[in-house]
Amino acid sequence: MFDLGGFGDELAWGFVLTLGVGVGALAVALAFGLAGAALKLSPRLALRFAGFVYTTVVRGIPELVLIIVLYYGVPHVAQNFMRLFIDGFRLDFNPVVTAILVIGMIYGAFMTEVLRGAFLAVPRGQLEAARAFGMSRMRTFWRIHMPQMWRFALPGIGNVWMVLIKATALVSVVGLHDILFWADRAGQSLREPFKFFFAAAVAFLVITYISERVLAVAEARAARGVRTVRR
Amino acid sequence: MDFALIQTSLPALGQGLVMTLGLTAFAVPVGFCIAIPLALARLSHHRALAGFSRAFIYLFRGTPLLIQLYLIYYGLGQFRAALESVALWWFFRDALSCALLVLVLNTGAYAGEIFRGAIAGVDAGQIEAARAAGMSWFVRTRRIVLPQALRIAWPAYTNEVVFLMQATSLVSLVTVTELFRSADIIAVRTFKIYTMYLTVAAIYLMISYAIIFAFGLVERRLMRHLGPAAPGRSIHARALAILTR
Repeated sequence: MFDLGGFGDELAWGFVLTLGVGVGALAVALAFGLAGAALKLSPRLALRFAGFVYTTVVRGIPELVLIIVLYYGVPHVAQNFMRLFIDGFRLDFNPVVTAILVIGMIYGAFMTEVLRGAFLAVPRGQLEAARAFGMSRMRTFWRIHMPQMWRFALPGIGNVWMVLIKATALVSVVGLHDILFWADRAGQSLREPFKFFFAAAVAFLVITYISERVLAVAEARAARGVRTVRR
Repeated sequence: MDFALIQTSLPALGQGLVMTLGLTAFAVPVGFCIAIPLALARLSHHRALAGFSRAFIYLFRGTPLLIQLYLIYYGLGQFRAALESVALWWFFRDALSCALLVLVLNTGAYAGEIFRGAIAGVDAGQIEAARAAGMSWFVRTRRIVLPQALRIAWPAYTNEVVFLMQATSLVSLVTVTELFRSADIIAVRTFKIYTMYLTVAAIYLMISYAIIFAFGLVERRLMRHLGPAAPGRSIHARALAILTR
């Protein structure tokens, strides 16, 4: 399309890193979201309060501040925690893994609300029927509750993904070699910053465009068992 | 936590806070003034108008704010000669004006999408009745459509304003000394990194809550036709409910 002055492969690797961090963080966010939803739906007040603190604090603080605090803080806290048990324990965190964990932890708070709403949206009759059939609580959860929850959760998960993938651009601030980092480097060394930042912007537009399409298909598939009425 | 340091750095943090609040207070109303025409254009039957609005919203919602900031502040430096020839260089040379421009356009696009949904959500019967009463497009949009759309959009718009306030922390990366950068400068100089970062985190949390609370008061006024607010839920409870939604 246009000449990237020999920085094409670095940008491509940066693109791969951006996507990798995004997909990894989405998985972590889903795990945190499930745990958070379990907390918020718990009958115990203390657990509900813990879930409330998690989502409120994370949503009230800018991503940039959270990423910087957690990126440098999580390995530190984990290492000090392990030192309580093992003397002189040293923890070498991979920067990419740390970034995935940190972004996953942040967007897990947003995912918590999506999944909580989705679990509540499954009609109670479905769960009561499963229990009446003699299914155990665990089996009701895995066979009935969880599969039906996804249909309600998908649009929300899609929204979280769209915000999350754009937030991965912030990992360039803590020194990860993502697409924005390489765009910045290339732009500085060739004195053509606009061209390279523009290329990075186009890369994100491609990701969001493809995501929109994939999500539309996934939502249609998740709703395939739902009776539709012509209005 | 080093409380003495927090105390001595309060004046610097206060200046940063003023900048953060100033950026927000400028970008929100100006962005609102862009968002309404964008939303109306997006729903217009005029193809070029709808297409322009669609492309604008897609471009700003599809790329990270950080890239938009870099593109305008660092990127446009590449075209310095051209910008000087049209006497616009003074604007794009200044980090603050670039930051304001990007924040305004960005929040305009996000709010535009929120208002598009809200305007489309206004009951069709209301518009038909306004038409039957002989109102022109301008009159019924101003008197019937927008006031009702504002009610529908308000909770989502509250979220957008909170996100914009938080997003102003990104302009620290194009050298504007707002709240985060003012804390960062002290953190790097004194090595008391966590004291400073956790302090600004707490300040951001308080501003987020204050915005939600203030917008909740407006919401109560917008919804006054529904009678007293839901019993047993104070405005604090509703503010927290929005923050954790």
